[in-house]
Amino acid sequence: MIQINNLHKKFGKLVVLNGLDLEINSGGIFAILGPNGSGKTTLIKSILGMVIPNAGDIKINEQSVLKEWEYRNQINYLPQIANFPANLSVKELIAMVKNLRPKKANDTDLIKLFSLEPFLDKKLGNLSGGTKQKVNIVLTFMFDSELIILDEPTTGLDPIALIHLKELIQKEKSKGKTILITSHIMSFVEEVAGEIVFLLDGEIYFKGSINDLKKQTNQVDLEHAIANLITKENV
Amino acid sequence: MRSRWSYVYFAFYLALGFVLLFLNNDINKAIITLLNIIIVLTPLIGTIFGVMYFYNSKEFTELLLAQPIKRSTIFLGQYLGISISLTLSLVLGLGIPFLMYGLFKSSAIFDFGLLLVVGSFLNFIFVALAFNVALSNVNKIKGFGYAILMWLFLAVIYDGLFLISLIVFNEYPLDKYSLFATMFNPIDLSRILILLKLDISALLGYTGAVFKKFFGTNFGLFVSLFVMVLWVIFPVWRINRKLRKKDF
Repeated sequence: MIQINNLHKKFGKLVVLNGLDLEINSGGIFAILGPNGSGKTTLIKSILGMVIPNAGDIKINEQSVLKEWEYRNQINYLPQIANFPANLSVKELIAMVKNLRPKKANDTDLIKLFSLEPFLDKKLGNLSGGTKQKVNIVLTFMFDSELIILDEPTTGLDPIALIHLKELIQKEKSKGKTILITSHIMSFVEEVAGEIVFLLDGEIYFKGSINDLKKQTNQVDLEHAIANLITKENV
Repeated sequence: MRSRWSYVYFAFYLALGFVLLFLNNDINKAIITLLNIIIVLTPLIGTIFGVMYFYNSKEFTELLLAQPIKRSTIFLGQYLGISISLTLSLVLGLGIPFLMYGLFKSSAIFDFGLLLVVGSFLNFIFVALAFNVALSNVNKIKGFGYAILMWLFLAVIYDGLFLISLIVFNEYPLDKYSLFATMFNPIDLSRILILLKLDISALLGYTGAVFKKFFGTNFGLFVSLFVMVLWVIFPVWRINRKLRKKDF
């Protein structure tokens, strides 16, 4: 479903993506992992068209997405840092985003799920980090799209919200959606992800299931397996 | 943020209009005073608002970029939004006091109209230039600095250089040159355009006469307005081009 060919991206002299090739099939949960600064967010932003790659091509459903914009209607994106305009209230923000997409949204269920009702009239600038992240999640999941991209979805969430988030992800997976997740919380990844894509120095270093990774590195748990991957490369 | 400041700006022009009219007690004189204020102030306000808005709405822009909207649509919308709101503040703020003073009965209505048109153009031009500067600078402070420098250059330094060049080359015929040099600075262009309409060109000597011959005619007026339009189109075009390669 997503095909990435020979993707290059440089920020000044810093090479972030160096000829990355990746193919992601429809359906299932894919975790994109890698050390800090390995290009996870850059990869995601390239798919979204927020970062313009220096070379290479990205295809979604056999169609190149570079310089296009309509395809974003089929993507739900949860940004890493919940940066919202501080002078809007939660209600206004949700209404505005709904207005931008020609799609039906089920925001009321989600607002109830994360018990955001008391915050609806509050300004976004006055919300705590965790509450902002909940609003972020509502905005991401209220549309029904084929592809869902979550960049560090767990930041700042309390345990109850985290459980709800996991349920949401599983629900979307059962509908046959494709979900891309980046996270540094390995227990979370181990719980939800079906397949792992490991990025290092702007290239795909490993792609496969969690069990394959454990076997390849001779480690029992995922955290050590990933740590093993990172250190092996650096030695 | 934006809306609150444009009210303040509107109130400022409103107050300015009333004060000038009551102090001068004559529409024509008030227009000349206004000219000096508009010529310097609108570009400055346009520049500051443009840069400030661009950096302040960074989060908002990022939110929009992940939605199915074309990039150029997002930025064109922001650009038009801010330019139009500033222009409205200017036109209404100055228009109301002058209307109440009986503008329609006076002969100065055409001059006043031209003043507003020129002021609006300056708004659009300088907001576009400010967006250009902001797009090229990720660093807020740097962007702000460059934008103010740009305003200072066009409003003050350019005139200085122009004058120096006139003094240095004063043995050559300079009328064509000065006409040409004026076109390259929207502030100068608007100033001279209005001054000549107000019939104080006699102050400007021989060059003034050449200017008068050019700007005073309808042809000159249209050419000048055309150049102003170019001054809007070129920066907007550059915004669009820059956007295609920008990472967020």
